[in-house]
Amino acid sequence: MKKHSLTELQEICSQLRRDVLRMVHAVQSGHPGAPLGCAEFFVALYFDQLHHNPDFQMNGKGEDLFFLSNGHLSAGWYSVLARSGYFPVEELKTFRKLNSRLQGHPATHEKLPGIRIASGSLGQGLSVAIGTAQAKKIDHDKGLVYVLMGDGELQEGQVWEAAMYAAHYGMDNVIATVDYNGQQIDGPTEKIMDLKNLKAKWEAFGWEVIETKDGNDLAAVIAGLEKAKSLTGKGKPILNLLYTEMGYGVDFMVGTHKWHGSPPNDEQLALALGQLEETLGDY
Amino acid sequence: MSLDLKYTFTEKKDTRSGFGDGFLEAGRRNPNVVGLCADLIGSLKMGDFQKEFPERFFQTGIAEANMIGLAAGMALGGKIPFAGTFANFATGRVYDQIRQSVAYSDKNVKICASHAGLTLGEDGATHQILEDLGMMKMLPHMTVINPCDYNQTKAATIAIAEYEGPVYLRFGRPSWPIFTPANQKFEIGKAWKMIDGKDVTIFATGHLVWEAVVAEAMLREEGIHAEVINIHTIKPLDTEAILESVHKTGCAVSAEEHQLNGGLGDSIAQTLIRHNPAPLEYVGVNDSFGESGTPTQLLEKYGLNAENIVKAAKRALARK
Repeated sequence: MKKHSLTELQEICSQLRRDVLRMVHAVQSGHPGAPLGCAEFFVALYFDQLHHNPDFQMNGKGEDLFFLSNGHLSAGWYSVLARSGYFPVEELKTFRKLNSRLQGHPATHEKLPGIRIASGSLGQGLSVAIGTAQAKKIDHDKGLVYVLMGDGELQEGQVWEAAMYAAHYGMDNVIATVDYNGQQIDGPTEKIMDLKNLKAKWEAFGWEVIETKDGNDLAAVIAGLEKAKSLTGKGKPILNLLYTEMGYGVDFMVGTHKWHGSPPNDEQLALALGQLEETLGDY
Repeated sequence: MSLDLKYTFTEKKDTRSGFGDGFLEAGRRNPNVVGLCADLIGSLKMGDFQKEFPERFFQTGIAEANMIGLAAGMALGGKIPFAGTFANFATGRVYDQIRQSVAYSDKNVKICASHAGLTLGEDGATHQILEDLGMMKMLPHMTVINPCDYNQTKAATIAIAEYEGPVYLRFGRPSWPIFTPANQKFEIGKAWKMIDGKDVTIFATGHLVWEAVVAEAMLREEGIHAEVINIHTIKPLDTEAILESVHKTGCAVSAEEHQLNGGLGDSIAQTLIRHNPAPLEYVGVNDSFGESGTPTQLLEKYGLNAENIVKAAKRALARK
């Protein structure tokens, strides 16, 4: 895999944000807020960290795998997959349209390369990731399994069933990241259902917890993922608390739940794109 | 005077033991077969597999939703996971997990559901799921199998390991007559005509296939010749076999340890109404929960035994 400079990665982030906004704007539906906040994570993972093969194999043998448990971030995931060669960038324009492989929430049914499980109904991705990691352990496959969850998603009980399992079985080939943006669709997580001390919760469940305090600083995100990787193979699953800002990169979208599930109108799109450089060429 | 049964038995055993023995055999045949169980290894008879293949077996604790997700993940990693628990925890409790992570994602997961139906017995209605076949057959991509005795359950278990795709396998707790042959070949989706007849067809599934065999002998004493068809695969349904039989007999009875709503009878009715709207009578639970009791008492009280199949057959005949 070609090593990209920080500047190059930064440029991809800007393009990913443009892709996301243009995709949700085109169909006037989708979730722009969280993928904007996770642009650095997606780019750091796919263009710097992951040992993966865009010539897609479902079983992912010998590769590092990524699962998006909070499937509503699909626009961001599709962009990073297309931009890293899983399918033509042009196909992004079919997002959420009839007969598209780019379903509103990620799905395997239409056989979009890069997707291994459907997600959208929250709370299931960690279990799936751990299951795949368990298959890798059986096969003595050294690949790592990454998964991204939303912080609001942690209100689902299944997440904690999975957390308990992973620690019990010493799933030290799993790196789970929580998009800790403090927002969910009805408002701030603190008001909707307070997550309290997440670090202490995951530690109490037996996980090795690291905190990436600035999840929108590319260098910090990469450093966090490097740290996480260095902790694998030591008997404990790893949890990366990634502090991000929902809507990051567009001044009027940042830090609010307002853009969780609402697309920009024409004027808002123009305003937003004006703040994001077109670096790799729009689709 | 004893009945002249077309099938007899010398031994009784629970169908869950057929599953346990089939699972072990499947594990011996294919190293990719793995097992998961949510704290019911003894009840599901998964212990022999666990003992022989400890590195391929995963106790998940009492956490069924996670178990289904784990199984989906293992399947996409190339394993053939058999996830076992009681039928109500294997379906109703985890319907969304099965829907999204297994069926919609087309994962090769085998959902192994024991203690289904009224014959669970004394534990009562909380555990006696009577809606599982309906829930599972509604899911696109899902294959739904409900074998009738120890031998058929063992054969079905081996067969689903060789089939690529999500499967719901339903079996039960009570000791039940073993009346089908050992080492039979199990063909998914292929109904088995067990007894030839000309007057009425009895389509039965699961434990009620035995009741249908008894009912056939009872009807024959009265000069009524019933055809008995073992519908071990609820989905995909062998509509060809159903239509061929009803074309001959002109009326039918469905018999299942399940709600009438959403059960095998519904599937048969759909088939008949489209192609040959012949009289169909139902034997099943009529929009009610079960209760504590012995399996035999419960089958009698809820109208699911051989006597009820005989009555239903006569009603169907009268409508011809």
